[in-house]
Parts: sequence; structure tokens; C-alpha cells
Amino acid sequence: MSSSHDTHAAHGAASTHGAHAEKKSLRLTLHVWRQRDPNAEGKFATYKLDDVSPDMSFLEMLDVLNERLIAGGEEAIAFDHDCREGICGACSLTINGQPHGFERETTTCQIHMRRFEDGQTIYIEPFRANAFPVVKDLVVDRSAFDRIIAAGGFITARAGSAPDANALPIPQVAADAAMDAAACIGCGACVASCKNASAMLFVSAKVSHLALLPQGQAERNSRVLAMVEQMDKEGFGNCTNESECEAACPKGISVSNIARLNREYLRALASSD
Amino acid sequence: MSTPTATATNSKLDSKCPSGPLADRWEKHRFDLKLVNPANRRKFHVLVVGTGLAGASAASSLAELGYSVSAFCIQDSPRRAHSIAAQGGINAAKNYQNDGDSVHRLFYDTIKGGDFRARESNVHRLAEVSVNIIDQCVALGVPFAREYGGLLANRSFGGAQVSRTFYARGQTGQQLLLGAYSGLMRQVGEGKVKLYARHEMLDLVVIDGIARGIVCRNLITGEIKSYAGDAVLLCTGGYGNVFYLSTNAKACNVTAAWRAHKRGALFANPCYTQIHPTCIPVSGSHQSKLTLMSESLRNDGRVWVPKAGDESRSPDQVPDEERDYYLERKYPSFGNLSPRDISSRAAKQVCDEGRGVGGSKMSVYLDFRDAIVRDGVDAIRARYGNLFQMYERITGEDPYRVPMRIYPAVHYTMGGVWVDYNLESTIPGLFVLGEANFSDHGANRLGASALMQGLADGYFVIPYTIASHLAGRKFGKVTAEHAEFRRVEQEVRERIERLKNASGKRSPDSFHRELGLLMWDKCGMARNAGGLRQAIGRVRELREQYWQDVKIPGDAANLNNALEHAGRVADFFELAELMCMDALDRNESCGGHFREEFQTPDGEAKRDDANYCYAGAWEVDASASSLAWKLHKEPLVFENVKLAERSYK
Repeated sequence: MSSSHDTHAAHGAASTHGAHAEKKSLRLTLHVWRQRDPNAEGKFATYKLDDVSPDMSFLEMLDVLNERLIAGGEEAIAFDHDCREGICGACSLTINGQPHGFERETTTCQIHMRRFEDGQTIYIEPFRANAFPVVKDLVVDRSAFDRIIAAGGFITARAGSAPDANALPIPQVAADAAMDAAACIGCGACVASCKNASAMLFVSAKVSHLALLPQGQAERNSRVLAMVEQMDKEGFGNCTNESECEAACPKGISVSNIARLNREYLRALASSD
Repeated sequence: MSTPTATATNSKLDSKCPSGPLADRWEKHRFDLKLVNPANRRKFHVLVVGTGLAGASAASSLAELGYSVSAFCIQDSPRRAHSIAAQGGINAAKNYQNDGDSVHRLFYDTIKGGDFRARESNVHRLAEVSVNIIDQCVALGVPFAREYGGLLANRSFGGAQVSRTFYARGQTGQQLLLGAYSGLMRQVGEGKVKLYARHEMLDLVVIDGIARGIVCRNLITGEIKSYAGDAVLLCTGGYGNVFYLSTNAKACNVTAAWRAHKRGALFANPCYTQIHPTCIPVSGSHQSKLTLMSESLRNDGRVWVPKAGDESRSPDQVPDEERDYYLERKYPSFGNLSPRDISSRAAKQVCDEGRGVGGSKMSVYLDFRDAIVRDGVDAIRARYGNLFQMYERITGEDPYRVPMRIYPAVHYTMGGVWVDYNLESTIPGLFVLGEANFSDHGANRLGASALMQGLADGYFVIPYTIASHLAGRKFGKVTAEHAEFRRVEQEVRERIERLKNASGKRSPDSFHRELGLLMWDKCGMARNAGGLRQAIGRVRELREQYWQDVKIPGDAANLNNALEHAGRVADFFELAELMCMDALDRNESCGGHFREEFQTPDGEAKRDDANYCYAGAWEVDASASSLAWKLHKEPLVFENVKLAERSYK
């Protein structure tokens, strides 16, 4: 690496805090899924890194690998990422078989290398699901989620037509429950972790968020029917209550939302409007 | 090394601000604006670039009005735009807390917070529409925090003495963006908005002096394609990533705005950058971005460093009388809630004095000990649980037991494309919204005001002001077959080829890091004329080297992250020079722009209202043989507030 990298420690501040001053770097063997484009055949490529700092994030470790690949004239590994704060939902990756890795309620971008052992072997794959086709390497197409939201994941409220925000009191309990569901970041780990590649945790989170709020009542029935119809159209499977989705969800979205989705769906089917 | 020269020219800038009493201006202006007949709206095609708060709210509102809209974003989904990462909240002058807030107070706080370098008319409009934003967001289902009785909760934020900030846990930006995104997707579902995800705008097409479209690269296939329209809206965010390390998402970039600037749009106040005081310190040379700890933490956390420079005890062993709670000491009326620029500089000062903490002595403590004793650990967990968890994940330290360590980091850019009161740039038909424009925050933005501005521009300003162009000017239809589109497409392709064919040795990322470090050193929290001149010379050298020595493996006709990054870094190199020129021109300190030569005896920013009470708008000098600019000055007139030293003491 060029010397400019090293001086970057002064950019802001360094960090090693007393006790952690002597941290040993890690040696890792990575098996990374490489696939040129959607139609090409993919395979694992093996890379060895022998100086991974435990303070690096998982994606910074991949950055370092990519810098080396570029320096050697090889194409960098493509992966989705953006905020690197666990909120945008762009990062994905199946790490040693688990979407977003083994750490509970943590996105891939928030995993730090101090959680890995020296000498460890790590398999890195894309999120796998028929409805999430591979675009390249570790990048998949999750636009099916956007189409599900477009089908009904909204409250129709034109700009300019809203009443005063305090005109409609919302009990704190309902607002908190809605917020719990609304915390979904749309990353798709629920789909990737499910043996049926079901999107029901994602769909149920949005259905719950809006069904729990008084503003969401007018479209409550049409919303759930339209979203479920689109979900089926996209080729996602059905829920068989394994709860893998909840375990994989970086935001801790509860499977109780799926129970609510089922109730909302039946309610809408049975309703006359 | 040639010294940079700026040619000041007489202002050709017409802000189009209405006259008359401040509080009536927006209403008067709205009445004076032309309207587009509902039946004619669908004939107008509006291109919206970027789908953050400004872009998503603008695209959905314009589609609701009946315009034909195309929306473009570089992410795989509009829901991932960087607005999503805003944590703390959104301001609105609702006065729900009965604590003396009003539209005028929000206006005044924002003008003062911006160190008297923003337009009165724009800021007052922002304060006026702030109340509508909250109504709109609640109607869309944004789950704001509530009191037990079901009414909306508020908290206070830096630079204000009232509680006017609405929030949704520590995820306000996420919830507001998901609200705006749901409205956008509703329009996509109805066929009113055509969505182009993973498309990057690489140039603006101007025909007969009017913005008529954009040229994009499909990031998956590499296809270069033109899109023609009747108006172009840039909602593409700020340029903080010029510093490489910032709290911005990795994809944030200046390219769309910069390409428009190169096509004739003036770029204003580029030296106004905001350094956020509460970020997690850098941990090493691998660092790829910095993580913000919400400013809301300063409601309960107390900022301190040891009084002595050679302190080696762990923080809990340092007795109170040996701690310097320097914000409370220096700014007793605002204390830990002092505005961002002031808090950041104070942190730099104590670290420069050798009193910083942590391994490199380049951080300060943000301590919750007293708040935990006062309110109990459960109350603190309820308020900040997710932030504490995030901090522990990144640093491996538990902030319930050990004080957080924080240091300032680049967070937001107040400068941007110059726009008039209609949000229109100096290129007719090109509008710029949100962080991408320069208009509302002056030299420093107050906390919880970025979300407010993005949504104000998109929901409540552009739906009216776009008619000034669409109904106010005569222009014919053009299609993407027009020769000018062919010509710009060709330029875009050649630029990509040039980057791709440079047979160098260094990655775009390594150049970007080097540029960032230079800018942080010379054009960061404190600047001086000598350093800025040096930086300009060095930026020019590096820029030249970049085009020779960059290396981009892979294919241009496929997803290629390095190639995308390479184009953005090339634009950052040009912007960097202009930022330094602007900082050099402004011989005063104001807000986020601190020139070491211009400070009061106690180290506070010293404005020069007699000579620098203007917005500096830079025009690319098309007649020059190499990249050069001409400076235009828009005088700022204050009729409703008294220009005063900005004191938080």
C-alpha cells in the first residue's frame, strides 16, 4: 500500500485505547463467489490475506482485498454496500452460510474482524433466491421488493392534503409497535435465510407498520391483498414457520408480524369491500 | 506554482426574492407564479435525479400534480439514498411544547446558526413550510415518537433553546425516507413515474441555453443513454466525500452537480463544509468511512477532556475537579448543545493543546455517567439504545461503562449549486434541491435541518416554482435524438475510455484517499492562506497524475465499481481546487469556514460583514485554456435581523 494510507491514521483520530493497543493481525482464507454476469457460470475463487486488522469492518477487509486485486490487474470483487452504518440495507453477503454472518441483529457492514479467529476460513456468497438473481459476483437484484411496495406498501396521502399532525392522537404503544415493524431495512436477508425463499417477513413488516396506525386503515384490506399478490408473482415461496428469517434479520423484525400478515390477509378476503 | 486568481465580476445573479414583509413573501410569490393547466401537465416531462428526501418527495409530488416524471438513482433501490442514515430528527416550528417556538424563531435560529450567510427570504420560507412537512409525514405513516397521550414528542437539538425536533428513535432519516419512498413507489405503481435504479447521471444536456436532458450510464450494462425532458431536477446530495473520510455513504458524490457546473451552472460557497462534532474516531489506515453518533446524544452526554495534558488514568479514575467540561465552561447557555461548528472547533482546540484522549490523543469523551445516575440506565437505554449498541459494535467498548470517545468528522456541505428563490440554477430549466443546492443553511447548518430542507424543497417548493419555467418560458419539444444529445453522449464515452485506457498503477481509491487527506489537512476544520495555496498546487499535480496513473481493471460494458468510482474521483479533484479557491477568497471566518488568520482574541470565528456578506458563486471560465473560474457575488441583504456576533455564551 502507498504511504498515503498509513498517514490516514491522523485523519481524525486513531483509536487504540490503552488495553487494546497490541492487537494481532489475522490470517484468513477467503472463498469468494465470482460470477461475471447473470448468465455466466459462477464459482468460488480463493484468496489469502495475512494482515487483517481486528479493527477493520468486514467490508473494509474486502476493500483491502480489492485494492490488491486491482494492483495485480485483476477485476475487483463486486458487492453492494453504501452507508456502512447498518441502515441503508444495501449490503448483503452470505458469510459461512448465513446471511449477514453469524452475529445477531447485525448487517454485514457492521461486522468487525475482531469477531473472527486467526487462521479462519470464510466462505462469502451472494444472497441466494430465485427472486434475487445474481447480477455479478456478490451483487443480486432485489428490485422485487420495490415492486411489492409499489403494489400497495403505502398510504395514499397527496402532498398538501394532510391534516394537522396532532389532530389524530396515536397511542404510544401503537406507535412503538408500528416503529418496530417499520425498522425493516429491505435488505432481503429474510429471503436468503429461508429454505422457501419466502418474503413474508419483509411483506409482513410493511403490512404491520401501516395496519397498526390509524392513518393506514382506509387501505388496510386492499394493501395486504395487493402486496401478497405481487409477492407471489415475483416467485417468492411461502412461510412454513421455521423462523430462520427472524434469526437472520439484522433489525430483529419479529415473526409475529407474519402471523399478523396472515390475519390481515384472511380479514381482507373475508371483508365485503 | 501559479497563484490562483479569482476574477470578481459584478453580480449577474438574480435571486428573484420577492419584496415586501418577510412573512408575506412566499404567499405573494406563489400567487405571482404562473400555473400549468392540469390538462397540460402530463405533456411536460420532468427528470428527477436522485431519490433521497428531496428527490423522492419532488418526484412523487410532481407526479401527483399530473406531470410525467422519470426518476433516476445510482443505488439498487430508491429506498437506499443516503437520507436514510440521518439519525436525530427533523425540525418544525409547531410549538407543540408551548415553549415559545414560532416560525419567526425557527427562521432566526437558522439564520443565526448559518452565521448570517443565507438569504432571509429562503430561510423564512423553510421555517414556514416546516409545519406542513410534519403533517405530510404523519399522513404517510411515519411513526414519529409519541407521548403517552398519543400526541407527538419533541426533543431539543444543537443551536436551539426550544424543543422543536421530531424524531423516530435514532432512525428519523430512515423513517422519513421510507415515507417519501412509499409515495414515490405508489406513483411508480400507477405508471406516473418511470424509475431508473442503478443509473448514474454523467452529464447534462443544454440546448439553446435551456436544460433539456441528461446522459446516464446504466451501471449494470454500461450502456450510455440519453433522456430528454422539459426540466431537470438535481437532488443528488452533497460533496462531503471529497474528504474521502466522512459520514456520507460510500456512493455519495458530486458528479451530477459538477457536470451541471461544467455546463454552466454556477457553484456557490463550496468552502462551507460542516464538520460534525460527534463521530466515532478513526481506528486505522483501513478506515473506509466515519460513523456519526447522533447529536441527540449531547442532550444527556457531557463532553470533557482531562485538565492536564499528560493524563494516563482511565476516565473513571479522573476526579471531577480534574476534568474540563469545556463546552459547559466556554458556552454556559448552550453547553453541550452548542452548534456543530463551534463544538467541533472546541474539540480540535483541546486536542491541539495535547489534552485529547485515546491512543492518538485525537478524541474527547462523551460521558453518560451523570445521566445514568440521574435517570437510570433503563431511561438512557430507551433513548439511545441503538446508538450505544452501534458504538460498541464498532469500537468494542461499552458506553454504559466507559465514556464514548468522539472526534469531529466531515458530515454535510452547505455549499452547492447556486439557485434562485425558485430553486432554479443559472441554467434555465435546471433546478437543484436539498443538500445539492446552497440555499438555506448559510455557512453552517443546524442539527435536524437537513431533513427539513430536503422535504421542504420536494413537497412544498418545487411543485409551485417549477411552473415558473414550464409555463413562464417558450421552448419547443426535443427528443433524445437531437444532435446535442449525440454529441454529449460521445463526450461521456470518451471520458470513460480515457479513464479506462490510462495504463497506470494506482486504484481510484488510493488517489481518493490521498486527496481526502490533503483536503482535511488544508481545507478542513481550520484553514489558512498559505495552506490553501499549497493545497491548490498539490491538487493540480495530483489531478494530472490521476489521469495518467489510474488503473481500472475490468470491463466498461458490465458492472464495474472501480470505473464508477474513478469518474467520481475525477470530479472531486476539480471540486477540491474550487473549494480551496473559495476558502482563499473568503478572508473571514464564518460558520464551518474557519480561517486561522481571522479569529477573535478568544479563538472564535470573526466575520467581516463589511466585505464578505455575500454568496460567492463560481462560473467556469470557458475562455481559459485550463480549468479556471470567475467569481460572481450575490450580496446578502438583512432587513429583518440584525447582523450580530454569533454568541452562544
